[in-house]
Amino acid sequence: MTSTTQPIDPLYNPKLRPIIDKIIEDNIDLDGGLMVVLNNLQSKIGFLSAPMQEYVAECLSIPVSKVHGVVSFYSFFTTVPRGKHVIKFCIGTACYVGGITQMVDKAKQMLGIEPGQTTSDGMITLEVCRCVGACSQAPVVVVDEVNNGRMKPAKFTKVIEKVLNDEAAA
Amino acid sequence: MKKYRSMVLISSGESSKSKGSDAVVDAFHQAIEKYDLGAEVCVTTIPDSSSVKNQPLVIVYPEAVAYGPVLEENVDFLVSEHLYKGRVAEALRVSDPFEMKRISWLLQRTGTMPAENRIVLEYVGVIDPTSINDFLTHDGGQAFAAAVEMKPQKIIDIIKKSGLRGRGGAGFPTGVKWQAVRDAPGDKKYIICNADESEPGTFKDRVILEGNPFSMIEAMLIAGYACGADEGYIYIRGEYLDALEKISNALRAAREFGGLGKNILNTGFNFDIHVHSGAGAYICGEETALLESIEGKRGEPRPKPPYPTTRGLWGKPTLINNVETLGNIPPIIHNGADWFRAQGTPSSPGTKVYTILGNVNKTGLMEVPMGITLREVIGIYGKGMKSGTFKFAQTGGSSGSIIPAILQDTPMDFDSYRNVGVALGSGALLICDDSNCIVDCVRVLMRFFKVESCGKCVPCRIGTEQALDIMTAISEGRGTMEHLAQLEWLSHGMEEFSNCGLGQTAGSPIKNMLDHFRAEVEAHIKLGVCPAGVCSMGK
Repeated sequence: MTSTTQPIDPLYNPKLRPIIDKIIEDNIDLDGGLMVVLNNLQSKIGFLSAPMQEYVAECLSIPVSKVHGVVSFYSFFTTVPRGKHVIKFCIGTACYVGGITQMVDKAKQMLGIEPGQTTSDGMITLEVCRCVGACSQAPVVVVDEVNNGRMKPAKFTKVIEKVLNDEAAA
Repeated sequence: MKKYRSMVLISSGESSKSKGSDAVVDAFHQAIEKYDLGAEVCVTTIPDSSSVKNQPLVIVYPEAVAYGPVLEENVDFLVSEHLYKGRVAEALRVSDPFEMKRISWLLQRTGTMPAENRIVLEYVGVIDPTSINDFLTHDGGQAFAAAVEMKPQKIIDIIKKSGLRGRGGAGFPTGVKWQAVRDAPGDKKYIICNADESEPGTFKDRVILEGNPFSMIEAMLIAGYACGADEGYIYIRGEYLDALEKISNALRAAREFGGLGKNILNTGFNFDIHVHSGAGAYICGEETALLESIEGKRGEPRPKPPYPTTRGLWGKPTLINNVETLGNIPPIIHNGADWFRAQGTPSSPGTKVYTILGNVNKTGLMEVPMGITLREVIGIYGKGMKSGTFKFAQTGGSSGSIIPAILQDTPMDFDSYRNVGVALGSGALLICDDSNCIVDCVRVLMRFFKVESCGKCVPCRIGTEQALDIMTAISEGRGTMEHLAQLEWLSHGMEEFSNCGLGQTAGSPIKNMLDHFRAEVEAHIKLGVCPAGVCSMGK
């Protein structure tokens, strides 16, 4: 399994460990609880490190391979931490016809990273995602879970600049 | 039940949010507090209407006045004029007669656009999706009340007689499925609402869930009673956070009301519903993959048979219906099978909810009777092509078909489409003009299928990969005539030998391309040019 880039794994972080234990404890008796546990861990902790997956497997008495099988199957689960801000490009057919590839190129050019990568300061992660179901707004760029519809390259430049400026101001 | 003097509905869908509807909602709450109207006025949010120009749209009942676009700074004036002093604020009222038409179904509660006929969407955007009381005062719950008075078999007979067919894409007769679950041996049975709407371009189920979540609960109760089940799941797509919140809230309210749980409303019928959130996998919309996912496993489809109707969730008989299919159930029970049959076409009665997208002037959601034509859809609902001429439409997200211009007068229903070798799909209509290249479009679809193929069975895993390679080669100017024969062979192989619907339909865009656009593909290969000027052709 991949090793994490995090200095301390969430499993050994005294602040995060109780959260992990609570999530597992709440769902340990639930039928098919593995998905629920992983979903909660992903949203509360932000990613699922190798030690976390092993720990979940041990607590739920299922093989690690099964846990990792589920983690690698669903696109919501990540095994490495994401940046502070996540910019997602919808690559559904409507957004593709609407010209989403221009936005991806623009972001690559502005940030110098490819989709799937995070800027070296850990601020912005670029991702491509599945149809977000806002197709009448195509093309859609999702910035920190907020949909920005009817994007054009010039408008999108402002969106990225806003994220960068807000971060610089904070 | 708490009564309000006025009710304020604020549109708060994706499009309105991008225009600041959240701030408008906050401002309304503040202004209502300022004028001390909290006990008399109820403020709530509804999905977007089709009138984009007037978003955020605010509708005030009982006068049924529409205001829009309402900005944050207009709110104080609006509250003081309309709600406090009782005068309609004409300055902010939607005045353009054309725009008014687009929202007037909201005001008159009947369809006014040509041929628009709302059954499933009837109360979407009209009622408060967070209030069970508002649902109950709009005929909500009456179908369930009528259903529990009947024998379960009678309900199934009504559904069968209505001719309702599954709206998820396959068009399987719903009544037959219900009968199979009812007749399956076993005490424990499940009802599942498939809300894992992952087809790119489709968002009808999201709007139904966000606009009228209680109707889903009612339909599942009826299904549970008819099939002899006492537990249900709503499998909702992980991306749909708003819908998840609305449905969770509705379940809580229904439980408090006594509409879920043990001995529902003293009828002696027990039923409870759980919500399961997906985690981003297209394949989980396939019914057996969905079952695996609820059981906490990788969402890999099971071999069929046995069908879920006999061996479904945890090995028990399970009924799985799409959101839109379930949305048709309460109106059918309420109004009868003959009323339903009077709409649509004889083999596909009722209406269909479509999302219309792409190179048309108006994009959005519509519910129309089965059997209208693509030409009508583009002309009437899409307000014509934005640019260029109509070249092809992609139906049903990805696993539909590519409909060439020559088929635009074919009635849109399950059988008429099947007869000409295309599929209706789940309700997305991506309209493409002549600036789009068929090779590029099919290449993107193949990339989608390659990524989303779960990898369990060989024809789909390798077939999608190979098809993508060939399509990429053609688009980069490396295509040969032999490739076309290989594509034909691949699409046939995937259709015949794949385990589930994903692989079985992955080849249909290729088939449609070769049937209707062979000349354009051959231009890429023989002449080395992309007629639409989209493909890179290796430059």
